[in-house]
Amino acid sequence: MGNYLPSTPAERHAMLERLGLQSMDQLYRDLPKSLRLKHLDLPEGKSELELREELESLGEENRVYKKIFRGAGAYHHYIPAIVNQVTSKESFITAYTPYQAEISQGVLQSIFEYQTMICRITGLEMANASLYDGASALAEAITMCRARKKNRFLLAEAFHPMYLETVLTYFKHDDLQFEYIPLKDGHSDLDWLEAQTGDDIAAIAMPQLNFYGQIEDCARVAKFAHAIKAKMIMGVHPIAAALLPSAAECAADIAVGEGQPLGLPLSFGGPYLGFLACKGDLIRQIPGRIVGETTDKEGRRAFVLTLQAREQHIRREKAGSNICTNQALCALRASVYLAAMGPDGLEAAALHSYEKAHRFAKAISEIPGFEVLYGPEFFNEFVVISEKSSEEIENKLAKRGILSGLPLNTSYKQRLGLEHFSPEIEASEKTAMLWCLTEMNSDEQIDEVISILKEA
Amino acid sequence: MKLIFERSQAGRKLSLLPEVDPKSCQLPEKFRRAEHIRLPELSETEISRHYSALERRVFGVNQGFFPLGSCTMKYNPKINDELASLPSFTGVHPLQRSQEIQGCLKLLARLEERLCKLLAMDAMTFQPAAGAHGEFTALLMMKAYHLSRGDEKRNKILIPDAAHGTNPASAAMAGFKVVNVPSDAKGYVDLEALKSLVGEDTAGLMLTNPNTLGLFDPNIEAITETIHAAGGLNYYDGANLNPIMGQVRPGDMGFDLVHLNLHKTFSTPHGGGGPGSGPVGCVEILKPFLPQGQPIDCGDAYELANSSKSIGTVRSFYGNFLVVLRAFAYVELLGAEGIREASETAVLNANYLQEGMRAAGFQTAHEGACMHEFVLSLADLKKNYGVSALDFAKALQDEGMHPPTMYFPLIVSEALMVEPTETESPEMLDHVIEVFTRLRKLAETNPEALKSTPKTTVISRPDEVEAARHPIVQYQED
Repeated sequence: MGNYLPSTPAERHAMLERLGLQSMDQLYRDLPKSLRLKHLDLPEGKSELELREELESLGEENRVYKKIFRGAGAYHHYIPAIVNQVTSKESFITAYTPYQAEISQGVLQSIFEYQTMICRITGLEMANASLYDGASALAEAITMCRARKKNRFLLAEAFHPMYLETVLTYFKHDDLQFEYIPLKDGHSDLDWLEAQTGDDIAAIAMPQLNFYGQIEDCARVAKFAHAIKAKMIMGVHPIAAALLPSAAECAADIAVGEGQPLGLPLSFGGPYLGFLACKGDLIRQIPGRIVGETTDKEGRRAFVLTLQAREQHIRREKAGSNICTNQALCALRASVYLAAMGPDGLEAAALHSYEKAHRFAKAISEIPGFEVLYGPEFFNEFVVISEKSSEEIENKLAKRGILSGLPLNTSYKQRLGLEHFSPEIEASEKTAMLWCLTEMNSDEQIDEVISILKEA
Repeated sequence: MKLIFERSQAGRKLSLLPEVDPKSCQLPEKFRRAEHIRLPELSETEISRHYSALERRVFGVNQGFFPLGSCTMKYNPKINDELASLPSFTGVHPLQRSQEIQGCLKLLARLEERLCKLLAMDAMTFQPAAGAHGEFTALLMMKAYHLSRGDEKRNKILIPDAAHGTNPASAAMAGFKVVNVPSDAKGYVDLEALKSLVGEDTAGLMLTNPNTLGLFDPNIEAITETIHAAGGLNYYDGANLNPIMGQVRPGDMGFDLVHLNLHKTFSTPHGGGGPGSGPVGCVEILKPFLPQGQPIDCGDAYELANSSKSIGTVRSFYGNFLVVLRAFAYVELLGAEGIREASETAVLNANYLQEGMRAAGFQTAHEGACMHEFVLSLADLKKNYGVSALDFAKALQDEGMHPPTMYFPLIVSEALMVEPTETESPEMLDHVIEVFTRLRKLAETNPEALKSTPKTTVISRPDEVEAARHPIVQYQED
């Protein structure tokens, strides 16, 4: 049992008769007989009620934490009620890519508004309609910077490990060369960077917030990049952006980032949202869908998919990117989130995150045996080292319903696809954990964790 | 209608977060933003009404007939959306201990098992976020396979000229040279031409079957054998899987790799352009090359495993999980019988509609029966009355229908590619035939009436040339 067919068996039989056929099987009469499957070895179907029970019971095999002190690429922020309401509207969910502009103005306008919001966060001149996630957005940005006689890319080792792995995977069979900008004391070593020479460097890519939570001096990186005629790609955290210098203020050419903090639930890693914005002179290189403003026959404002000559359905193997389906509904979530938060709300989320993280860092560093590894120039993530086993701390907090900071141990190293953590963590005899706080971490939660750590 | 920025009034806001002291941020000046982010300032009333107004300007599957060829716009069951919003899934952090994510891993493993049986594949990754992402992933696996055997000269991918644009674009990204394979009038692969094109440099073939004309290639076994004999691999583009589920399987046809579009065949919604999901299935010999983070059954629990031969990772974490969950729910509800029925009914509906159109005087791109879709050619209307496929498509908007795919495949002039899917009733199909018939008569008697459509939509035809010539891609305040 189980189907979503409106037609009844009797109606289908009548339709077959109209076609002069006796059985459904005859619809496949032109297929090679040798290939026809005799038996499809799948379970029987279910009713909606049974399905619900099956999924609910699978869900019970997951552990969902209310108190989360972990980030590392996926962030637990407040999602205003209106975000879920708006993005549950049936037409937004079931629409296709807006090829037919006249009956898709709602989707097109919402993307145009999203592009504008991303431009305002980054300060840059144009943004696309979305990419899969932050990691693939970085890979797309690298493609944008290809230039004749320039095939070297300097990539901050400080990026999230999965971003680095994604980039290396994307370009494994390309003639591009990647070199890592090494880490030193929790930051990218910019002295090392500034000692690099060569007019074959196409771009330098640097996250404003690195994997260990530290703020990088992106303005200095961009200045050096431009001095050697390379592009600067900046990784942006969209909530931290309310406090930190914008990509434009840093003079970055391209900004990329993970839009998940903007109203998307953690969801075991997806769907998330890759955003990409750039300076206007990169208009022919930008990948993905772009919505533009124009007018209709009566002169009314209208929105359309534009600049399609860049895309795969026109340029085929000469296209810069193969992207077709993107993350439109996630971009809508981000837009509604940003509209609901407004300038003050977004800044408040950033300030709360900063304030709570710094308060927690101070409190933890006052516990004997715990030490904040790097300096105070972080937003809401930071590394703490101690002599205590990080697995034990993780366990202990888990028993109290708290998801601890991420243990920077072998097990998670493997999950992250990383060969080694920062030199200081690798050199240390102590264990390291990456803690993250947001506006979701109440004062009571902070006190609770601190008191458990004191007992540890 | 107004843009959200045009509704903004200084000082308006929602009460979302507790108060916070702005001075709590102690960062030095060089790490502080100079210009505030100019987001709109609104009350919840205005936000709610703004997006309600936008929603009224969107046409979704929930609103009416949506025969967008090659996109399989079937009905999106609501239970799937509801299950995908269960906090026991949405609240899971991707970096939790494996014993805390068993529900997610079990779901992935179960769907992998089901889909492998449906496809005759041996393993599957759910990491790719969309169809094109899946193509790219599969091609990287193909490359890794050849290189692992020291077979370094296989740098060419064969792609039929009727293929979707993503195929050649993905092949180029994976570092292959694209060789076009000619197809005949039915869109079938020209077998003799194929034989002359394969050789020691053939890495593989990318093929969708049924093809973009909605026809199943009768030579499929000879095609895949030709590639295998030359040492290449066969890749199945799952864009057109919908009509053949439970009838024939890509693995049995000789394919080694398959990507699926869960947002087509497995009823997950398109969301106005995404998120989709493009999982990749493979045969046993290609398993070691799958992306990292593959759920494996360790007897008493599932773990996420890495392989030393893996291609790496094509994005963060494990894919568009909530989309995968919807597809799993779909497969579970349908079961073996429901899946077969879905495919059969998709083919039945397409043929019923095709015959109705033919009876009304429309020309189809080929004679005989079709699979899940068929292609109309309006070349006669264009030649005799000046009414193009575009004009006809716009007229359909006034009839409360989404137009079919226009001008694809390129080998048919004035093409309209029609894919009704299985989730339409016979009375809807009869209504569609009635509408097409009426519009065809109108085109013959009063062509201008079609050229001035649409008339009932919120805008008339937009000036796309102007949009591209002078791009305005963000809102600028005066």
